[in-house]
Amino acid sequence: MKRNSSFILATFLLAMFFLQGCSDSDDNMSTGAEERSYEVTVLNLSHNQPFSPVAAIMHGAAYQGMTLGASASTALEVLAESGDNSGFLADASADAAVSDTTSGTGVIISGAQGTMSLTGSETLLTIASMLVNTNDAITVLNGIELGQMLKDETMTLHARAYDTGTEGNSEAASDIPGPAAGGEGFNAARNDRDFISVHPGIISMDDGLSSSALSESHRFDNAVAKIMIRRIS
Amino acid sequence: MKKMLTTAFATLVFATPTLAQNVRVDVTNLSNAIYFTPLLVATHPESTHLFEGGSPASANLQAMAEGGDTSGLIADLMGISADISDNPAGGLLVPGASTHAIFPKGGQNTHLSLVAMLLPTNDGFVGLDALEIPSSEGIYTYFLNAYDAGTEANDEIINGGGATGTPGIPADPGGNSGTGGSGVTTTENNTMVHIHRGVLGDMDPVAGKSDLTTNVHRWLNPIAKIVITVN
Repeated sequence: MKRNSSFILATFLLAMFFLQGCSDSDDNMSTGAEERSYEVTVLNLSHNQPFSPVAAIMHGAAYQGMTLGASASTALEVLAESGDNSGFLADASADAAVSDTTSGTGVIISGAQGTMSLTGSETLLTIASMLVNTNDAITVLNGIELGQMLKDETMTLHARAYDTGTEGNSEAASDIPGPAAGGEGFNAARNDRDFISVHPGIISMDDGLSSSALSESHRFDNAVAKIMIRRIS
Repeated sequence: MKKMLTTAFATLVFATPTLAQNVRVDVTNLSNAIYFTPLLVATHPESTHLFEGGSPASANLQAMAEGGDTSGLIADLMGISADISDNPAGGLLVPGASTHAIFPKGGQNTHLSLVAMLLPTNDGFVGLDALEIPSSEGIYTYFLNAYDAGTEANDEIINGGGATGTPGIPADPGGNSGTGGSGVTTTENNTMVHIHRGVLGDMDPVAGKSDLTTNVHRWLNPIAKIVITVN
């Protein structure tokens, strides 16, 4: 009898747990229509690679800002070679699967961070930013699922550097738009292998590439960015 | 024989409760020729940070990163009742080697941190910043990055300089370094804690810019592996 009571109590507690679980699901799981807001903070962990203004996009599965191993869009090429995110964000805004886009307010220098907010009914996050003392390196989050996050929950991710593959890594002063060189940004010619890969890193003049405008200080290893996401509503 | 049995029995009795409720942390040095100075591994509350990317290093972190001195960080951790494993390897953790630390499970110390200086570097360290320890029993693997404390220019000159604020690298325990380097740089662009850009090195054992050796001392992240076993 005593054992039966315990069993009933356990069943009752279990039922309460599931009821509570259901209630949470209604509040917090993605329904495809509910508006949620997120705060996204991007921290630059590199030694000497300022980040161009961050492009941030909330979207559904039908949108993909880039595909690793595949050719970059022209808008992503512009972002990766010049740091100008306007075309990348415009393309996203025009996509029916995108529920919000925003740009960071400015360059994020090494050691600094920038925060932006996004509100929308979709739950995938894509961000992209150029490492400006390079030919065409970007740091990216490519469609990270946020739908499981509860209100006020935080998530920390680290992002690596990718090579957009649209411009050869000459490291020449004429080709690098950042403060290390002040050279050209976007050039429509695609003189690299034309697919997105993990970035091989900087060689630099200090390591034997005499034509490089970059010094050893511009080298980087992964992760280049720490990204802190907080669901605020 | 009888003594052996007694010992075995005692080990069994001792081991059973330890296995039942603890967190074991195994650490492996994944680098080719970078030595970890005596490790500091600790569990602590969520709000504790030995270091944070994008923030200046504390004086105690600087002492660890430039000279391998963990005493200040240990004092900080003792002040908040952290569980501390001081120097689990009993000295340097050499490339390829592993060591482990065991912590009690439960209570306030829910997060795990780890730091050790990287030799030979100016102020590089392997770091884990307040990882939440999984609560469910299981085996969890993580890979750790090399950080730069941002407190000392990476001149790559081995001169015994390990004291806070003294330029240079204390030593290369592996004996793979050269001499006569002119110095890679005298400035530190990012003075916050950040991901280490790696060492430059050179291939000239008696001159060049660096006392480090390019094809020996370079690494890419991750520089360490940890396996957390929650029992």
